[in-house]
Amino acid sequence: MDKPVNQRAWLLVLPVLLIVAFSAIVPLMTVVNYSVQDTFGNNQFFWNGIGWYQELLDPSTDLGGRFLDALWRNLLFSALILAIEVPLGIAVALSMPRDGWRVAATLVVMALPLLIPWNVVGTIWQIFAREDIGLLGWAVNRLGIPYNYTADPLSAWVTIVAMDVWHWTSLVALLCYAGLRSIPDAFYQAARIDGASRWAIFRNIQLPKMHRVLLIAVLLRFMDSFMIYTEPFVVTGGGPGNSTTFVSIDLVKLALGQFDLGKAAALSIVYNLIILAVCWVFYTVMTRMDAQRD
Amino acid sequence: MARIELNNLGHSYTPNPARDEDYALKPMQHVWEQGGAYALLGPSGCGKTTLLNIISGLLTPSQGRVLFDGKDVTSLPTEARNIAQVFQFPVVYDTMTVYENLAFPLRNRGLRGPAVDARVREIAELLDLTPDLNRRGRGLTADAKQKISLGRGLVRPDVAAILFDEPLTVIDPHLKWELRSKLKALHRALDLTMIYVTHDQTEALTFADKVVVMHDGRVLQIGRPEELFERPAHTFVGHFIGSPGMNVLPAELSGRHARVGGHTVALARGYRPISGGAAVEIGVRPEFTTLAPAGAGVPVRVRRIDDLGRLRIARVELAGLPLSATVPDGLEPAGEEASVLFEPAMIHVYADGALVEGAFLEGEAA
Repeated sequence: MDKPVNQRAWLLVLPVLLIVAFSAIVPLMTVVNYSVQDTFGNNQFFWNGIGWYQELLDPSTDLGGRFLDALWRNLLFSALILAIEVPLGIAVALSMPRDGWRVAATLVVMALPLLIPWNVVGTIWQIFAREDIGLLGWAVNRLGIPYNYTADPLSAWVTIVAMDVWHWTSLVALLCYAGLRSIPDAFYQAARIDGASRWAIFRNIQLPKMHRVLLIAVLLRFMDSFMIYTEPFVVTGGGPGNSTTFVSIDLVKLALGQFDLGKAAALSIVYNLIILAVCWVFYTVMTRMDAQRD
Repeated sequence: MARIELNNLGHSYTPNPARDEDYALKPMQHVWEQGGAYALLGPSGCGKTTLLNIISGLLTPSQGRVLFDGKDVTSLPTEARNIAQVFQFPVVYDTMTVYENLAFPLRNRGLRGPAVDARVREIAELLDLTPDLNRRGRGLTADAKQKISLGRGLVRPDVAAILFDEPLTVIDPHLKWELRSKLKALHRALDLTMIYVTHDQTEALTFADKVVVMHDGRVLQIGRPEELFERPAHTFVGHFIGSPGMNVLPAELSGRHARVGGHTVALARGYRPISGGAAVEIGVRPEFTTLAPAGAGVPVRVRRIDDLGRLRIARVELAGLPLSATVPDGLEPAGEEASVLFEPAMIHVYADGALVEGAFLEGEAA
């Protein structure tokens, strides 16, 4: 069968191409352009080639060391977030009601943290965790546990992780709940007749049905936690010292604090590539595991 | 072994049922014998699934008791009853192989080792699942999945009764016959009580020794297929079983005669006068109503002839009342004018829907 060919069809694609070019390609190329030059005041640019990248990836330099430290913090943070939020989200989803008016009520309550702007979440926790006037900080200290997120790195980490868990666990829970809702009642009834234990039901019915949504939940939570900026910036500003300085916070310090546009651009691109690569690995591994189960 | 006794059993989804309509299942008293194949037949919403779930223990009845072999199991959970259930949609644990699926109920009950293996292979053989034992459940066809669901019931040595909740709904038509004959063969081979819920009369009549016809939360009749066909205990049973259903006509009785729309129809039995203002009707199946040339019987007007292949059914009107009649071979009705002949022994009398027993009056020829 002959397909009609009409070159004017390109005209119809043109608006999309323009939008994508101005929203994504042009800004990205600007960053690439900065990343190979050194910039000074008065719009003076000097060609630096791959110099910034070499410095960035060499841990013995100041820039490289800083980047590597921040990267480790990011990876640790994401690992903690996934290790806490995924099991907790599943547990919450399992204990959510299956029918009746309580479903709507629970869904609204669960969605609330997701609707709060990120810097508001940061502000809430910054006040909540203060040792002098914050309910949490004051209570923990009264229990005899020294807790001060402005001075103690461990306290700062606990605060930021707790804040993220509070903010985002409901996303995982809601996704899992959607997966659970797709299981017909007959499965639970059959499992009862088969004498399955609570654990066997979870392992053989609920977990397989949640598998696909969990893949999405893990991907989303990894990307978001790996790119986290606003909340720790509001709560700790990256401190005490550099103990909660994540890559994104470092990037902003570099670009807007020191105005090192070349270094910052190189860092942006490497950061971006790392996120893409890790997501690709996650996705490939998990879809392959999924395919093997058939 | 399971002889199932329903003792004053009723169920209501409202907390304090006062009126009849509050009951999803109106209080009933029945005994189902060990080893029988029963079909619960009725339209959607008649309470048959509710009854099934009460027997299997998925639902606790709001009143009455369920006895298995005289033992009260009303408050026992499903897993403690020696019963298995197959659902409308096949339940297969996707991540497990067919073998693991079949072994699952045994392992859950703490069995291990060669005992499990022997039992699983035996049941797989019985259900023709042996070649698929190492496959995952996910890729199998609906009929294979349904066999696995059934297998998980059969595999348990303690199971004495298997309940089926419309198990063939999602099976392809040409496989339905095969699976149904498989069920019949299993029933003969295994001496199990089987209870089969369906709204399809063909399925019920071909599967069961005894069919339980339900309507509106009530059991209207329990009987062998031919009893339901020849002596429906209720006009609903007459309507529901048979295609087309029984003809039901309002009538006035006088001894051995009924008057229908100004015409007299002879009955094989005599009836006492029915008192209390109950609505009296006669019912006769189209199979026992024969179309004849005008003048031979009760006059009717022919509206339409349906050729069903193996027989022809005439849709006629008797004094304005619709009626179906068999068109005998060789009769070619011409025009609207015709008549019908009823087989007197097959005419039943109903009062408010329920069958009225007649008696052969002595000294009179049939």
